[in-house]
Amino acid sequence: MFPANFDYHRPGSVDEAVALLARLGGDAKILAGGHSLVPMMKLRMAAPSDLIDVNGISELKGIREANGQICIGAATTQAEVLASSLLGERCALIPEASALIADPQVRYCGTVGGNVANGDPGNDMPAVMMALKATYVLRGPKGERPVAARDFYKGLYSTELGEHELLTEVRVPALASNQGAAYVKMKRKVGDYATAATAVVLSMKGATCESAAIALTNAGDTPLFAADASASLAGKRVDEGTIAEAARLAMEIAEPAADLRGTVEFRTAMVGEMTRRAIRKAAARAQEA
Amino acid sequence: MAKTQIALTINGQPVEAQVEPRTLLVHFLREQQGLKGAHVGCETSHCGACTVDLNGKSVKSCTVFAVQADGGEVMTVEGLANGADLHPLQQGFYEEHGLQCGYCTPGMLMRAYRLLQENPKPSNEEIRMGISGNLCRCTGYQNIVKAISFAADKINAEGGAD
Repeated sequence: MFPANFDYHRPGSVDEAVALLARLGGDAKILAGGHSLVPMMKLRMAAPSDLIDVNGISELKGIREANGQICIGAATTQAEVLASSLLGERCALIPEASALIADPQVRYCGTVGGNVANGDPGNDMPAVMMALKATYVLRGPKGERPVAARDFYKGLYSTELGEHELLTEVRVPALASNQGAAYVKMKRKVGDYATAATAVVLSMKGATCESAAIALTNAGDTPLFAADASASLAGKRVDEGTIAEAARLAMEIAEPAADLRGTVEFRTAMVGEMTRRAIRKAAARAQEA
Repeated sequence: MAKTQIALTINGQPVEAQVEPRTLLVHFLREQQGLKGAHVGCETSHCGACTVDLNGKSVKSCTVFAVQADGGEVMTVEGLANGADLHPLQQGFYEEHGLQCGYCTPGMLMRAYRLLQENPKPSNEEIRMGISGNLCRCTGYQNIVKAISFAADKINAEGGAD
């Protein structure tokens, strides 16, 4: 399988990359880790006129803390996320999800920016970012704009990212000491997308939940923020009754496709189970902290 | 389509070549450089038979363009042995019968090479997770895990490195 030909560009800065996007038009694509795009190009389901390789742009790399937020450069790889002591200490939910993405070789290449901006509901980072209340920084010809992760996903492979825009950074608030988080994923084997997966962030006061954020991977055309499920836990004790109710509300918004991972009924049931497990784990972690 | 000039090192040797941007690294290595160790298996970045080392990372060379290796360092299975002396990993696969048909072996060796660089004393579980991007349809993995363990022990007994 050979991709169709294209022109290759390797800009050295974000400004240069954005100028290239504007000049080359809508058939140009950003090449980050390439592990979603290149297979599509080999199948000729994608045939971009130009690839703009952003891996040489140092300002898109790295993880730092600024103003209480953790800023992850869009071209930071999953392997770099897993190796980050800053994330391990301040927001371990993100490496927890990274470890469940694909396999070691893919994680050396695959990037946080690619995972969140690709628009595939099977990607794991979007639900995590929605639960964490992350902000995506988009840079275009007219400058920079922040978009909330929860507002970013519009449809299957359709996002807020404009044709001439580049995702440059993902910003997440560091987890506070009364917060616990978990990402629980069911998959058939290493490298598979989720049959169902749930990201949960809980703010706890003792056994009582002050606020909750629950989001779902691969349970519809887009990653889903489960607003009603999240709200149902606020102000309540986290026990098996309130956990079951939150899971029920999460299942209500799930519309998974029937595929090799299972029937609609099975996959919906697994949304419930992953949600119950993630809430229990997040609550236990909040109380440990 | 115009070709692009690239310069890189492959197994320590400087190489200059012209490639189409769409040329995948695995095809560049096999067809333009005559290095047939990396195998074209699934072509969908699942099987790992095409795994090579690029700039200190294990990559599936069917999913990386040769132009992306410009300025970089590639190591293939052909670069593993030191002349006639097998690398400890190759010895491990030989001693522990870590292969049957051999198709996955170059990818397994190159992935195991990087794994041991990063984690010189892996547990069996860490080996299994470390090679989880490489499929073998013959061995059931048991002997591959033993082979990598053998190599780790041998390298550590010799005082590390490699």
